[in-house]
Amino acid sequence: MNILIGLVRGAALSLALVAAATVTAAAEVRVAVAANFADPAKEIGAAFETATEHRVVFSFASTGQLFIQIAAGAPFDVFLAADRERPARAVADGLGDPDHRFTYARGRLALFSREPGLVTGPDVLERDDIGRLAIANPQTAPYGAAAIQVLVGLGQFDRYEDRLVRGTSIAQTYQFVATGNARLGFVAVSQIAGNDDGSRWPVPESLHDPIAQDAVLLSAAADREAALSFLDFLKDPRTAAILATYGYAPGG
Amino acid sequence: MPDLAELWSPVRLTLILATVTTLVLLVVSTPIAWWLARSSARWKEAVAAVVALPLVLPPTVLGFYLLILLGPEGPGGWLAALGGARSLAFTFTGLVIGSVVYSLPFVVQPIRNAFEAIGDRPLEVAATLRAGPWDTFWTVAVPLARRGFLTGAVLGFAHTMGEFGMILMIGGNIPGETRVLSIAIYDYVETLRWAEAHVLAGGMVVFAFAVILAMLVLEKRIGRARP
Repeated sequence: MNILIGLVRGAALSLALVAAATVTAAAEVRVAVAANFADPAKEIGAAFETATEHRVVFSFASTGQLFIQIAAGAPFDVFLAADRERPARAVADGLGDPDHRFTYARGRLALFSREPGLVTGPDVLERDDIGRLAIANPQTAPYGAAAIQVLVGLGQFDRYEDRLVRGTSIAQTYQFVATGNARLGFVAVSQIAGNDDGSRWPVPESLHDPIAQDAVLLSAAADREAALSFLDFLKDPRTAAILATYGYAPGG
Repeated sequence: MPDLAELWSPVRLTLILATVTTLVLLVVSTPIAWWLARSSARWKEAVAAVVALPLVLPPTVLGFYLLILLGPEGPGGWLAALGGARSLAFTFTGLVIGSVVYSLPFVVQPIRNAFEAIGDRPLEVAATLRAGPWDTFWTVAVPLARRGFLTGAVLGFAHTMGEFGMILMIGGNIPGETRVLSIAIYDYVETLRWAEAHVLAGGMVVFAFAVILAMLVLEKRIGRARP
């Protein structure tokens, strides 16, 4: 009788252990991703799902909106921001884990026009027929702040100061240039990496501060282990390869 | 303490935009509303449906099409070329065009209703008194429909004040020219400058309440004092 009870108990215990093990082995990682990183994130997520048992669920919005949602208790495990400021602030506010915050990618800036042959280098900024120049809002978007640094560095800021149109995000800045409403603009290399349309000048990274995109593990993470394995995967060579095809430089 | 001069610029711009837009809307809407009210054309409801489209379409649809229509390949670009520019996007004129389209149903509908409420009788009486159609329109129809004009003007003005998504897409956030109130609030929230956001957002709430209240009170008064 006692043996029987013991057997049943043992079976129940091992069942429970197996169940617990499966839960940790195939968990769901909920990742809040800056909208401009949506495409590479999906590809990285697919590679991660192939490499591990875990599943990834992405939520896309602007970095600022995501931060506000996280501060309001949104159920995310990992935050992939498009800047350094918001993850740092998440840590400062106790929303993020200070030991697991790092740069996962660096954005590259390009001067772009949809007219073929127009942009051959920074000289295009000296032309008199450019009109308005599109940049991302330097107050909200790191690509915009970097664009201002490039303009200042090239000695062209005064020339364009009154002729800047600011997209709310780098995505909108690209719309302004792609529709031809602005003849020229500073966009992200990631937005034009997939085609050869128009003309472009990839801005050397030495002309601006790094456009670092930071990741952070959120304190509210439901499954820390799964979330950490996703964060580790961001440092994997497979991630670096995906980043390169999308026009990002690896973090670190 | 937020910088009040900085806050005033988008408020001022938005008030100017709403005023200009409302004036244009009254000019554009009156003939449309008159025709919709008086015409017996079978396809007039199709026209009414086109006018009402902005009620249903998300601002992103309008913003997206306007970005293309105002640009170098659209009519906006041809107009802009007359002034030596390449696009009407990122200009105050572009915002007025967008706002007029966006708020058109809010102005046309009340004026149309008011014209319809007059009925045939007063107009026939005016005609028997040898008033021409133009004269009848100004001295009989418009005064009788003034309640509709007031409602339309207030709604058009208020709706333009609160416009966001479409302007976000075609404005380019230029201080003093296209950086309107709602865009400024969005920026302040995004950049975590919540003190400034509170001032402007709170101001909008008070404004919206005041406008609606004023309209309700005025409507009642005008309703009572019918000629």
